[in-house]
Amino acid sequence: MIALAPRTRLLAAALLFVLFALLPFLATALDDHFIVITATRVMVFAIAALSLDLILGYGALVSFGHAAYLGIGAYTVAVLSSNGVSDLGLQMLGAVLASAAFAAVTGAISLRTKGVYFIMITLAFGQMAFFFFVSLSSYGGDDGFTLQARSTLAGMALLEDDRVFFYVTLAALVLLFLFANALIGSRFGRVLTGTRENPLRMQAVGFTPFRYQLTAYVISGCMAGIAGVLLANQTEFVSPAFMTWHRSGELIVMVILGGIGTLVGGILGAAAFLMLEEWLAIFSEHWKLGMGALLILVVLFTRGGLTGLLRRFLGGRA
Amino acid sequence: MTNLLLLQALNGLQFGILLFLVAAGLTLVFGIMDFINLAHGVLYMVGAYLLATFVGVTGSFWLGLVIALPVALAFGLVLEFLIFRRLYDRSHLDQVLATFGLIMIVNEGVKIIWGAAPLSVPMPELLSGSVPLVGPLQYPVYRIAIIAAGLLTALGLYLMIGHTRIGMLLRAGASNGAMVSALGVNIRRLFMIVFGFGAMLAGFAGAMVAPILSVDPGMGESVLILTFVVIVIGGIGSIRGAFIAAILVGLVDTLGRTFGPILLRMVLEPSAASQTGRTLAPMLIYILMAAILFFRPAGLFGRKS
Amino acid sequence: MSSLSRIALGLAASTFLTSGAMAEDGKVKIGLVFTLSGPAAVLGEQGRDGFLLAVEKLGKLGGLDTEVVVIDDEQKPDVAVNKARELVERDGVDFVVGPIFSNILQAIAKPVTDADVILISPNAGTSSFAGKECNPNLFVSSYQNDQVHEVLGAYAQKQGYSNVFLMAPNYQAGKDSLAGFKHSYTGGVAGEIYTPLGQLDFSAELAQIAAMQPDAVFTFMPGGMGVNLVKQYRQAGLEGIPFLSAFTVDETTLPAQQDAADGFLAGSNWAPDLDVPASLEFVKDYEAKYGSIPATYAMQAYDAALMIDAAVREVGNADDTEALRAAMEKADFDSLRGEFSLGPNHFPIQDFYLVKAAKREDGKYETRIVEKIFDDYQDNYVSECVMP
Repeated sequence: MIALAPRTRLLAAALLFVLFALLPFLATALDDHFIVITATRVMVFAIAALSLDLILGYGALVSFGHAAYLGIGAYTVAVLSSNGVSDLGLQMLGAVLASAAFAAVTGAISLRTKGVYFIMITLAFGQMAFFFFVSLSSYGGDDGFTLQARSTLAGMALLEDDRVFFYVTLAALVLLFLFANALIGSRFGRVLTGTRENPLRMQAVGFTPFRYQLTAYVISGCMAGIAGVLLANQTEFVSPAFMTWHRSGELIVMVILGGIGTLVGGILGAAAFLMLEEWLAIFSEHWKLGMGALLILVVLFTRGGLTGLLRRFLGGRA
Repeated sequence: MTNLLLLQALNGLQFGILLFLVAAGLTLVFGIMDFINLAHGVLYMVGAYLLATFVGVTGSFWLGLVIALPVALAFGLVLEFLIFRRLYDRSHLDQVLATFGLIMIVNEGVKIIWGAAPLSVPMPELLSGSVPLVGPLQYPVYRIAIIAAGLLTALGLYLMIGHTRIGMLLRAGASNGAMVSALGVNIRRLFMIVFGFGAMLAGFAGAMVAPILSVDPGMGESVLILTFVVIVIGGIGSIRGAFIAAILVGLVDTLGRTFGPILLRMVLEPSAASQTGRTLAPMLIYILMAAILFFRPAGLFGRKS
Repeated sequence: MSSLSRIALGLAASTFLTSGAMAEDGKVKIGLVFTLSGPAAVLGEQGRDGFLLAVEKLGKLGGLDTEVVVIDDEQKPDVAVNKARELVERDGVDFVVGPIFSNILQAIAKPVTDADVILISPNAGTSSFAGKECNPNLFVSSYQNDQVHEVLGAYAQKQGYSNVFLMAPNYQAGKDSLAGFKHSYTGGVAGEIYTPLGQLDFSAELAQIAAMQPDAVFTFMPGGMGVNLVKQYRQAGLEGIPFLSAFTVDETTLPAQQDAADGFLAGSNWAPDLDVPASLEFVKDYEAKYGSIPATYAMQAYDAALMIDAAVREVGNADDTEALRAAMEKADFDSLRGEFSLGPNHFPIQDFYLVKAAKREDGKYETRIVEKIFDDYQDNYVSECVMP
């Protein structure tokens, strides 16, 4: 576990966000509009990875069913927009409510278990959600459901412009990061970290770990649900394929790759994973060989993922 | 109806034992070495591919099996030497990430060597055909062979762990590795043997199912989650738990699929019943797992942490 | 070859940073979207190889310099959307050919056709795109999904079966398949089972079939599920009950099913032994180059290349989408299937056959035509289609 000092964390995040914000200008300069589209996708997954890092990194709760919330968020968009509610804010609210309900019920049950058992019980709930949407014929079952248009902002179809959508996604990422950062720094965050380190002691000093863990689990699910709303808008399509266990596994891989328990790591990991996927595929159809080898090398030679590597690279000043 | 129930119970038992064959190696490695090996599924797949290759070369199922097993063992040992031994003292999450990478490498490697198209392994002459049960119902001989192989594996593991010196060392190593190595036992070598043996068990399971299942680059992933479900229900590290959980999963899945819709029809109208049945059928084993973990958070036979 | 051109493209896009949006005049640029990784990769490889074989044979599609970019959709809709947008917006392709799977088609159709690029589906043909959601920029070189199932239904009807057992995986295509079968079969149904997707062991279902002794079994079990089912079906001693299937027994699964599938019946719009000279030559060339027998996936992708060739040749360039559309609609090319035309919804009107798995003299397995079931057959959704 590497603990980034809060100031370093904020600084690193600020740097990342500024870089993201400049990308559309780079795209104009290079006349390559696709950069904006890819970057939006990266930020959507960064939100999902950030939400997972909140419970995985700070609460030692490894959820192997986190992609379910991506799906719940995405299907909220499909259901609401085909019933006439196309406002992004309302859809996000709906996604948060739906995710919170699912997370509260499954979290309360899952938190009876620990460690690997927790991993597997969250997988079980993720699979149940997946199969539920596969059998949802009115929304295309596993064929998925094409959205007629992106969500609206204040009644206007502003998100149809890829750049506007890019900045909306960036705003969501920044706000959710700041929220998660504040949460970690608060008393709640310290108790949560405490339950990770030593649940018995936390109990002895009068905290009920369960309540803190469940709250964190629900918050994390809601954040991932928001990522799902944005993912549906990015692809203009929803499908149970968003919530397979492979996807949950990839989210875990993104967080570990970036460095767990750093918040920035989730964002870095999502960017690295998706860019590698894109970039390696250019060189060979057997790109998975290279991807697999890189993941193993990251484990063997960088303690603490990419943030760990960066930290050592910067001479441990951070 | 009773006949069908019996036959389906037999099918469920057989499916469960098949799952146990795959899960046995995983629970051994997981329980004794506290190592999460997501790549267990690909070891199973490699076993099936090796069998397909050697049966093709030798023209005999049995000869192919005899060659495939030591090669699967060697493959496991090479992986242990190159990668796994560097991960024993790492966190579970590091193990997850590294073995996830290994899955990508082996899956792609298999595709490069053998192609993406599924391969065929002919049924051994000796075990083909079926034996008659009641009425028009028959039971394939090969299924009986799988049941026998699974029971023998279970018995062998039980005897080895409970009644041999190696088994004793394994149990001791699992509960206190430092102490065992202080007593002069080479714990690293012990782990290497366990890992190689686990790999060979996975390969054996893959080889055994090759004549009845499709041998393709996705076969490892299709059983990976099921085997994790089995060992978690059983309680990690417990061979006995894995055995009982595997049969439970096999029975619930098979019987639930066949008789679930019939039961639902008693309480719901037919169209709603079939819709609900269809939605629930693939969730059954996950509902089972969630329910068991709710009441027994460390599985049926797991040690309380 | 394809990966090399991909690298060249990547470099062009990222290093030279030329305006990627518009393809140059005098060239035709095509993006192929196929599933090339994961368990279903064999289908995508057939599609890709079939298309590339046509490009190699024709040299220049429509007489223009031809550039092909191959991408892997990984069978993930969101990945496919992103890569399809990359093809359209960065690489500036004139045509997109793909994918194999319906859910990927559903995902990429909007981004590709909205960008006014012509999309040709060489396999997936969902009912929505044949009917209400038909799209001027979407063409299908395969069939409407239901039609293949209808072939088996019509055959069962013709045989006078009164008791057929139906089985399909529990997902959208599975439900469509049983509906398609029942569209042309009015006899009795012994049982109707939906199995979980990716099921390995069919002994429970086979026991039910053995107990019921139906006149025939109709099933749709694509990929590895089909291999498992066919092997286990024969091992359970059920080969006395006719086995009718769609996308379960074909040249991609036969290498694994072999003897177990011998004599099993399927529906198709083509088979390698179809007596059309160009088709027989295609099968020979494909086998010589790739070492396996082509299935319909390869044939339909080959035909997609022929469609592009004819349209570009008539228009003279690959940039005038409106003219290309009009030329495509004529379908003025020599399909490997012989007679072929497109309906107003851009779906094919073609013959359908009952085919049977059989062993060739060299020991390999292929499907062979038993009889023609439908003549110049059009899908059932065309009346719902109003082209804008």
